Amino acid sequence: MSLQELDRSIIHEGGSVSAKADEYLRRSGAVAGGWLSRYGLLIAFLALWQAASTAGWINPAVFPSVGAILSALWTGISGGALLDDIAISLQRSGTAFAGAVVLAIPLGLLMGQVRPIENALDPVLQLFRQTSALALYPVFILLLGLGEASKVFVIFWATLFPLLLSTISGVKEVDSKLIEMARVYGASRLTVFRRVVLPGAVPSIFVGLRLSATTALLLLIASEMIGANKGIGFQVMNAQYNFQIPLMFAAIFILAGLGLVSNYALVFAQRRLCRWSDASN
Amino acid sequence: MAEVRSLRKGEVALRDLSKSFQINGRPLSVLRNLNLDIRSGECLAIVGASGSGKTTLLRVLAGLETADAGRVLIDGRPVAGVGTERAVIFQEPRLLPWLTVLGNVAFGLKVRGEDSGRAEQRARHYISLVGLADFQDAYPKQLSGGMAQRVGLARALTVKPEILLLDEPLGALDAMTKLTMQQELERIWREEKVTMVLVTHDLEEAIYLADRVLILPKQKDGAPRAIDIDLPRPRDRSGARFVRYRQELLREFGLH
Repeated sequence: MSLQELDRSIIHEGGSVSAKADEYLRRSGAVAGGWLSRYGLLIAFLALWQAASTAGWINPAVFPSVGAILSALWTGISGGALLDDIAISLQRSGTAFAGAVVLAIPLGLLMGQVRPIENALDPVLQLFRQTSALALYPVFILLLGLGEASKVFVIFWATLFPLLLSTISGVKEVDSKLIEMARVYGASRLTVFRRVVLPGAVPSIFVGLRLSATTALLLLIASEMIGANKGIGFQVMNAQYNFQIPLMFAAIFILAGLGLVSNYALVFAQRRLCRWSDASN
Repeated sequence: MAEVRSLRKGEVALRDLSKSFQINGRPLSVLRNLNLDIRSGECLAIVGASGSGKTTLLRVLAGLETADAGRVLIDGRPVAGVGTERAVIFQEPRLLPWLTVLGNVAFGLKVRGEDSGRAEQRARHYISLVGLADFQDAYPKQLSGGMAQRVGLARALTVKPEILLLDEPLGALDAMTKLTMQQELERIWREEKVTMVLVTHDLEEAIYLADRVLILPKQKDGAPRAIDIDLPRPRDRSGARFVRYRQELLREFGLH
């Protein structure tokens, strides 16, 4: 039963005060129940971790308690040390992701529309896609040096392909019957593209954006573990070298948080833009 | 608006129209030297067994297929390709899922560069005409099959075509919805005074709606034959003469 239905049933049935109170309790119970069924296991996992670590069931030197990790996280953030790492990491992955978006979406739209261009580019694309970005990282370092450029480029490289391929397939999977319908009404090629193909491809483009955002964070960490002196990925490695295990876990938690936030932001944007699509629910 | 109507013609003439397809490397003749005149404001139904070329004929009329030989004349002028004086209603509603009913109905006008306010104003009129005034903000996935097909009909009417081409428009609907939609189609056809060409495999639908039924033969069996349906409207499906027309059409297909 949705909340709206509950609202309505309160209006219709809730004659006496006690009935209203009953309804209210039932309703808040339902909300709490829903929340618990969704996050209960996660909370139990964290509680078990905390208990296992403090009771010594697992080695607290390797698995510090959740409390110790949170306090390391707080010290790092309030002291500003981790904030610098977060900033530089966001800058790297953000630049690369933005670059991939700017190149992949227009190129994908073009390739999906113009068959000869797709035919010519597809073999190159398939080859590049199958070549692991991490394997190419040494090549990028040789070409661009150990600085920011090679890090941004390796992330860009890895995020480009999921987005490009999703955009191409989004364009190609637009129902040809809808395109024919638009032609019957006298739509020009450009109008068909603007009013039928582009909106039809949006859900698929969002799938690509979400894949790419995940890939961006993955490659960010890998690139920061090699030849970096700042960034969350560096912090994970560095804390481990220095045996600051709570700090290492704090950095890992930040990574997970960044992943969740970027995914939720994209899901939110997708819901706003593609309310019509089943795929967005 | 009435003056505009009276200038409208919507007359169709087909001259020696032929069309064949390549099936597995060999040509299959679908239409052979077809000659046909459709009067302005007439409702013509085209029936025939599958493979008789009825849908191909409609697609040639729509300009979605080009004939191998022969000409299509509309109001005396030869036409090639799609044209704004014709609108097509397909078996599937073909609605854009990201647009509301209003957006879909206004689509045909907007595509032609019509000002969006005026397009939506006219769209609202036709949405009411097909009985969906309460649903203009709904999205296609919220509509039933019959409702979606009404939206497609409203979209076609909004561009004020001279000729409405319908390709088995009710073929995918359930029996009850189909009967209601046939009544609606007849009412709208009378109100809009549009020339209507209806491809159908439902003989009863053809007799109910059409002034004339064109029977397309399977290639070898000979020339197309037209039967005038001389019945007062709205037609009584169980009337004796209706039933006789039905028997006559069934005989054409070798079914008694």
